[in-house]
Amino acid sequence: MRLEVDITGKTFRSAAVGTHEVLAPVKFALQSGEVGVLIGPSGCGKSTMLRIILGLDHDFAGRIARPPEARIGMVFQEPRLLPWRSVEQNVRLAAPDVTDGKLSELFRILELEAHRSHFPGELSLGLARRVALARAFAVEPDLLVLDEPLASLDDALAGRLRDEIATLVASRPVMTLLVTHSLDDAVRLGDRLFFLSPRPARIVAEVPIGIPRDTRGEAEIAAIKAGLAQRIQGDRTERDVS
Amino acid sequence: MLRLLSFTLFLAIWWIAALAVGGAKLPSPPAVLQVMIAEASSGALFLHLGATLARVALAFTLAMSLGSAIGYLMGRVKLADRLGDPWLILLLNLPALVVIVLAYIWAGLTEAAAIAAIAINKLPTAIVTLREGTRALDRSLDEMASVFAMPRWRAFRHVVLPQLAPYIAASARSGLSLVWKIVLVAELLGRPNGVGFEIGVAFQLFDTPRLLAYSLTFAAVVLVIETLLVQPFEARANRWRPRAA
Repeated sequence: MRLEVDITGKTFRSAAVGTHEVLAPVKFALQSGEVGVLIGPSGCGKSTMLRIILGLDHDFAGRIARPPEARIGMVFQEPRLLPWRSVEQNVRLAAPDVTDGKLSELFRILELEAHRSHFPGELSLGLARRVALARAFAVEPDLLVLDEPLASLDDALAGRLRDEIATLVASRPVMTLLVTHSLDDAVRLGDRLFFLSPRPARIVAEVPIGIPRDTRGEAEIAAIKAGLAQRIQGDRTERDVS
Repeated sequence: MLRLLSFTLFLAIWWIAALAVGGAKLPSPPAVLQVMIAEASSGALFLHLGATLARVALAFTLAMSLGSAIGYLMGRVKLADRLGDPWLILLLNLPALVVIVLAYIWAGLTEAAAIAAIAINKLPTAIVTLREGTRALDRSLDEMASVFAMPRWRAFRHVVLPQLAPYIAASARSGLSLVWKIVLVAELLGRPNGVGFEIGVAFQLFDTPRLLAYSLTFAAVVLVIETLLVQPFEARANRWRPRAA
C-alpha cells in the first residue's frame, strides 16, 4: 500500500484579508511500514495538510492517492472522544471488530484498565489522549495519522507510548504519518523526516534515516540529532546572511 | 418532600381564596373533589380524559417526529433552511385558533382535522428547537466519525443523537404543554367528547366545580407523564455529564 500526496496549492478565503495561501506545492509519498514525520513551526498548515490527506477537506488543488480500502486510525490533537460514551464504548464504536483479547492488551499497555467504564469527562487530558491512542490502534489501521500524540504527557509515559507506537508500526505493514514538534520523537520514530517552512507550507528538507528503527541506539540517535541540529543551524545562518 | 410542601401550600392558598370569594366563583378543594369522584364513578371522566389523551398522544407524536426530521434537515442543509424559513416564520406566527377553524372548515368536523390542526400548531416550535440543536452539533466529532469510517446509522445514533437529546427533551416538554393547551380549544370548537368539550359545557352552565374537576385531573395526568416519561429520559440522556454540586 502506498500513500501519495501531491498538493499543488490550497488557499483560504476570509472576509478580512481576501484569499491567502496556506499550502505551497507539497509532494511526498509513503510506503507501508514507513513512518513519515512532518516537522514545522506552529500554524504552518500541518493540520490543513492532514485534513486534506484524511479526506476531510476536498477544496484544494492537487491529488491524494490512497487505497480506498485503507483503514485509517487517527489521533487528533485534542482527544475528540464521545463524552456520552464510556472509554470502552468509545474504542469499540470506532473499531467494532476488535477482539476482547486485543482490547484488554491495548488497555493494559496504555494503563487504561481501571478506566474502561469511565466517561471521558472524568478523565485527565493525559488519560483521554491515551484513550484516543487506544482507539486509533484498535482499528488495526493501514494508515495511522498521529497529530502530536505525545504532547502534554509526562516523559516516562511519552517514552513508553513512543515504544508502543514503534512496536505497532513494526508488527503490521502500516503507513504512519506523525506530526510533531519534538525532534527527539521524530528521530526515534521516523524513517523519513519532512521539514516544513512557515506558511504557506512547503517541504524545505526531506531527511531519510538509514538506520532501521530497532537498531537505533542512544548513540546513533544523538548523532542523527546533532547532524540535524547543525543542518538547521546552517540553514538559519544562511538565511540570515542573505 | 419539598414538592409535597409546595403542593400543600397551593391547596391552602386555594382553600383560603375559596372561603374569601365564595363557592359560586371559586369552589373549595373538597367540592371539586366531590365532582371528580362523581364523574369518575359514572365513567364520564375516564371517557373524556381518554379521548383527549389519545388526541394529545397522536398529535404530539406526529408533530415531534415530523418536526424533528424537518428541523434536523434544515440545520444540516443550507438550501432546506433557506426554502423552509419563510414557511416556518408563517407557521410560528399563525394563531392556533386560525389553524383549528380553517382545518374544520376544509376537512369537516372530523378527528383527522382536529389532530392535524393540533400537530400543525406544535410543528414549528419542534422544528426551531431541533434546527438550533443541529446547528450546535460538534463538527470535530463528525470528522472523527468520518475518519474512522463509522457507518451512517452508527454515527447518527452514537455521535449525533446524544447531542440532540437535550433539545429533543426541551422540545418534548414545551410541546406537551402546548399540545395540551391547544387540544382543548380544538375539542371545544368541534368535537363531541374530551376534556375541552366538557369544559365548554361547564362554561355554558357556569359550572365552576365541574370545570376545575376536569382541568385539574388533566393537569395531574400531565404531571405524571412529565415525571414518569420526560424526566427519566432527560436523566438518562444526561448521565454522562459530571453532576453539578
